[in-house]
Amino acid sequence: MSASTSRSRVLPGFGLSLGCTLVYLSLLILLPLSGLAFKASHLSLAEFWAIASGERALASYRVTFGASLLAATANAFFGLIVAWILVRYSFPGKRAIDALVDLPFALPTAVAGITLATLYAGNGWIGRHLESLGVKVAFTPLGIVVALTFIGLPFVVRTLQPVIEDIEPEVEEAAASLGASRLQTFSRVLLPAIFPALVTGFTLALSRSIGEYGSVIFIAGNLPLISEITPLLIISKLEQYDVVGATALAMVMLMISFVMLLVVNGLQWWAASRHRGDGPSDGEVR
Amino acid sequence: MFRATRQFFTSVALSLFALSVLAEGNSLLNVSYDVSRDFYKDYNPVFQRHWKTVSGESIELKQSHAGSSKQVRAVADGLEADVVTMNQASDVDFLAEKGLVARDYARKFPNNASPYTSTMVFIVRKGNPKALKDWGDLVRPGVQIILPHPKNTGNGRYTYLAAWGYALNQPGGNERAAQDFVGRLLKNAPLFAAGGRDATTTFMQRKMGDVLVSFESEAELIAREFGKGEFEVVYPSVSILSEFPVAIVDKVVDRKGTRKLAQAYLDYLWSPPGQETAAQNYLRPRNPETLKKYATQFPAIRTFTVDEVFGGWAKAFPAHFKDGGSFDQIYQQK
Repeated sequence: MSASTSRSRVLPGFGLSLGCTLVYLSLLILLPLSGLAFKASHLSLAEFWAIASGERALASYRVTFGASLLAATANAFFGLIVAWILVRYSFPGKRAIDALVDLPFALPTAVAGITLATLYAGNGWIGRHLESLGVKVAFTPLGIVVALTFIGLPFVVRTLQPVIEDIEPEVEEAAASLGASRLQTFSRVLLPAIFPALVTGFTLALSRSIGEYGSVIFIAGNLPLISEITPLLIISKLEQYDVVGATALAMVMLMISFVMLLVVNGLQWWAASRHRGDGPSDGEVR
Repeated sequence: MFRATRQFFTSVALSLFALSVLAEGNSLLNVSYDVSRDFYKDYNPVFQRHWKTVSGESIELKQSHAGSSKQVRAVADGLEADVVTMNQASDVDFLAEKGLVARDYARKFPNNASPYTSTMVFIVRKGNPKALKDWGDLVRPGVQIILPHPKNTGNGRYTYLAAWGYALNQPGGNERAAQDFVGRLLKNAPLFAAGGRDATTTFMQRKMGDVLVSFESEAELIAREFGKGEFEVVYPSVSILSEFPVAIVDKVVDRKGTRKLAQAYLDYLWSPPGQETAAQNYLRPRNPETLKKYATQFPAIRTFTVDEVFGGWAKAFPAHFKDGGSFDQIYQQK
């Protein structure tokens, strides 16, 4: 159960693989990001602030981060159900559904955006019925949430599946035989085991959503102050050949995302340590 | 390990070299905007046949299409375009600033270096149920207008300037009134489409809006081919003349030795076969005879150029589409 901390390694070559890792990460991540920071440093602090805190920029942060949070939350909930179904039950067509989950990974995002916009538009298969209920999806902020939910789902499901596979069904039976109600079994036995992976999946879906451009742009409507996402403002700056201004907005997004990831990781760490602290061996479920 | 690496790099270098040798001399890369795809698909074989009869050489013509300013940035960053064919002078101006294209590129070819033109027109549903005849009708309450993003796309910018120019032209028209007019027009837009084709899809397939404003070439394509019988094209009293400047990328052709071919490729756009190809793609030919031949397809319309009303793209762009320009002001007044 406890992680093996054996000092002897089976495979040699720690130095080589560490070097490889560092070079790889520097080339792919560190270098481009420092290039970004360098470009943004051409701006004075006042200029940077003026770009970052403009009325439309602020509105776009609200849209981008709000929609991403909503989408990731929806995915955390429904993704858990999907993962659970796929691991715990066998039913006809299960393989097909399992493969379906990966589709948002594979589909070009523009295709996804155009398809969703067509489906949810006022005359689309889904939009037609929603519109008669007075709900407009395509070309409103709600449409952005739909697109982000679509692209975020596999992150949650694929993170949860191996973790759920690791929980033996016998654990649930044991809990039940020891007198735990269904709710108790879920909240006290299963959830603590799943929670870290759930948070990871949520975070992955969230970070993916924040940067998403290709699919959102076709369903958002792109009206200033209403349905403009921050990546669109960045593109808008690039259209004016204002690379420095674009990097300023990118830096703001990067910083907000970084803080959010930090908070989520902190939460995960806290949950993991709490779980370890009052493990089931103390006889919690009696 | 090291030997393998060296072999790898050697083979990469060799194959790159081989590719570049192949590419030199008898092939051109034309970097263009998005919807010119159809036109150049038709034009390239016409030119290839012409070149074969003139020089006996077979040549390869490669095309790259995407949003125009994205394309121009790629060329500035090193995409080896022999020629650029754009839909807005401000994009070629950017390459001129970077020293890739001659500063006086507009005078290197006739007609402001624009071999064909288009203009902004309305596409309405059959029977024109809302009786939309002119720009003034588009600001009526209850009219929904579909257009691509007015700040980020070439198509949208032409629409924006067309409406602005119309308002300036009205009795008592001035900058203030024009901005107010365009503001009311944009309020009637339920969305800003991502690009020209996206706007078309939204209007045609999703059946949103009463009117789509787009290039005449796109409108004719819709009315005659995509949605035959379901749509009508309406010509407003006045509209903007959109020019499509072409240019040779000096730095690239001098290095690759393709100047002669590139010059011939662009020159031939003004030849009768080149002009016919444009007309067949609903682009207004510059050649008066070709225009006359296709007169039924191109009704007479009063147009103004960006140079006449706005003093050129170099002035129009910052005044209207840069951050803080008139478009942004419209959305700050709320």
